[in-house]
Amino acid sequence: MTLQPVPATDPRPTLAVWKFASCDGCQLTLLDCEDELLGLTERVRIDHFLEMTPAEGADGGRARLEGRGPYDLSLVEGSITTAEDAERIRHVRRVSRYLVTIGACATAGGIQALRNFADVDDFLAAVYARPEYISTLATSTPISAHVPVDFELRGCPIDRGQLLEVVTAHLAGRKPRIPGHSVCFECKRRGTTCVTVAHGTPCLGPVTHAGCGALCPAYGRGCYGCFGPSDKPDLRSMVAQLRRDGMSERDIQRVFRTFNAASPEYAPVPELAAEERRDPPAEGS
Amino acid sequence: MNRRATRVLRLDALARVEGEAALHLRVEGDRVTQTRLRIYEPPRFFEAFLAGRGHAEPPDITARICGICPVAYQMSACRAIEDACGAVVDGPLADLRRLLYCGEWIESHTLHVYLLHAPDFLGCADVVELARGRRAAVERGLRLKQTGNAILEQLGGRPIHPVNVRIGGFYRTPAPDELRPLAERLRQARDDALETVRWVAAFDFPDAVCDHDLFALRDPGRYAIDSGTPAVMAADGDGPALREFPPSDFERHVREGQVPHSTALTALLDGRRHLTGPLARYAISGRWLHPLAAEAARDAGLGDPATGARCDNPFRSIVVRAVEVVQAVEESLRIIGGYERPPRPAVEVPPRRGVGFGATEAPRGLLYHRYALTADGTVTEARIVPPTAQNQTAIEDDVRRAVQARLDRAGPAADDEELTRLCERAIRNHDPCISCAAHFLDLTVERA
Repeated sequence: MTLQPVPATDPRPTLAVWKFASCDGCQLTLLDCEDELLGLTERVRIDHFLEMTPAEGADGGRARLEGRGPYDLSLVEGSITTAEDAERIRHVRRVSRYLVTIGACATAGGIQALRNFADVDDFLAAVYARPEYISTLATSTPISAHVPVDFELRGCPIDRGQLLEVVTAHLAGRKPRIPGHSVCFECKRRGTTCVTVAHGTPCLGPVTHAGCGALCPAYGRGCYGCFGPSDKPDLRSMVAQLRRDGMSERDIQRVFRTFNAASPEYAPVPELAAEERRDPPAEGS
Repeated sequence: MNRRATRVLRLDALARVEGEAALHLRVEGDRVTQTRLRIYEPPRFFEAFLAGRGHAEPPDITARICGICPVAYQMSACRAIEDACGAVVDGPLADLRRLLYCGEWIESHTLHVYLLHAPDFLGCADVVELARGRRAAVERGLRLKQTGNAILEQLGGRPIHPVNVRIGGFYRTPAPDELRPLAERLRQARDDALETVRWVAAFDFPDAVCDHDLFALRDPGRYAIDSGTPAVMAADGDGPALREFPPSDFERHVREGQVPHSTALTALLDGRRHLTGPLARYAISGRWLHPLAAEAARDAGLGDPATGARCDNPFRSIVVRAVEVVQAVEESLRIIGGYERPPRPAVEVPPRRGVGFGATEAPRGLLYHRYALTADGTVTEARIVPPTAQNQTAIEDDVRRAVQARLDRAGPAADDEELTRLCERAIRNHDPCISCAAHFLDLTVERA
């Protein structure tokens, strides 16, 4: 069951796909590229991708969890939640020329980072002399908290087109064209009527990173922020707007505490939402 | 080989399964003495952090348990919360949910059949090698998979973690015209699905028999997907042939226990090993397959589902999965053919104090959710039992039997590589989703 040996002169760059704490959805996105998958495997050699193959490298030997490397491009899914995984990501970094995180878990800690806000963590930080060791078990952290990352692709899940752009850009040796603006731009490009303006629907579009193609508003739903914060999000205005659109302080807290809960950009939200409670906005302001 | 020698096989990283797991197998002399599927994916504590969330949130949150079957999580969550709130979703809204679910069945099953499982039967490492020799077959699989994804995209917005599902129904329902191109694709997919059944039916299957109790939803009149009553078919004929219980009794029958070698919980049904998934569904719901799917099953050697045929060879689960793809395609066409846009995209689900239960058929088997809500809709307790956690004991038993059968066979002894491959195949027969199974432990903090 070994792969046909690829000639030693195989000029194809090598790709590896890694999983840490996650749902599998972002790496599945690669297998969801039905039209491009076979073509892609002619241009790159997939050297490590446990969900797809037990084979590793040019000789097709059995893959191990860590992988042998080296790899030209590593796609990393999932967040770091154990001491073993913190060690494994350092190994992955060492054997990878470029390392790209795919998705909200790898980029922001994912929904499992909700544990970071549990009381037990305050307790641990106050009591233990080695919080960095405890924290690998008591918190969920993005890959960038452990190793240098060359590019972060956002989304829960990532967008298929953006994934192909990232892979293609790395093959071509250029920077991926992934704009950092908000979902509002994508809504306008798509020609979707603003759900907030037209229906007063609470929507995180103004502070959420583009990439999904503004899906939710196209379905009459307010954006729920699964791509995480856009560049320089104005959270003060956003929270005020959400209050005007009828969201309670508790619901505002909840909507930011989801798939990108540990994004540092969201840190002021609890305070901003509480301010709104103390000083509710005037009607129509 | 020394008959008393002890061999230990360790497979540290299972491949072509969803998620991360390892296998530990111990052979003493000519007997398999220990089989352990070790799930080492770190737990993500969904049940812990669902407490305190609003009653509208679990469909989106629990979808993130599994990128392969997010619709299953959304549907079981919706049903459980609607049950707690006393809301009923029926008519065209229920049909649309079923259509969405069919999309996931087609996508997930085709992924497994072509990309994860078929390479085992054709001596290939993976789909890339498979495509070198059988490009047309792989392209057919990708086309079929894409059709499943097209349903998910049309109805849900995207294939992974769809955005259009909410408790009570949808944010937006399609106009009948919007579903017409989908019907056209599905009619083409029907040929691909039938060809898939013929393709996999011709594979060589090892002789194997499993004797697990079979567990699936039963929805008389139709092949259960998104609704039905949990039903158990006894393996060995002792006790009643088929017994049912309401979803609210699920936890009284299916008891989970923690095993030290795994981060997942493992379950027994009334103290006995059970199996959920395609083999169970085929045995319990086979008589309600669409005629085309039933015919494909008969032609593929699965017996006559109209008279209660069952498939007890787990290696043939790939054929049952292919039949279920035909079923999902036919069911999708039926739903689209009779679809009329409902007056509203969702029914109101005002919160109330109570407990609700939901069970639906994920591609891998029965997925159970329970939520307790306060009067304002705050979740106070959540309980989720995924199919792979239920199947873990059955999978270990299958592995043990497969290896034992090989050791008992006359002729040259099996080397470790052959046994390892056999174990992997026995595991893949059940399309385990490790990501689902791993995430259901209460938070424990290791103190160094």
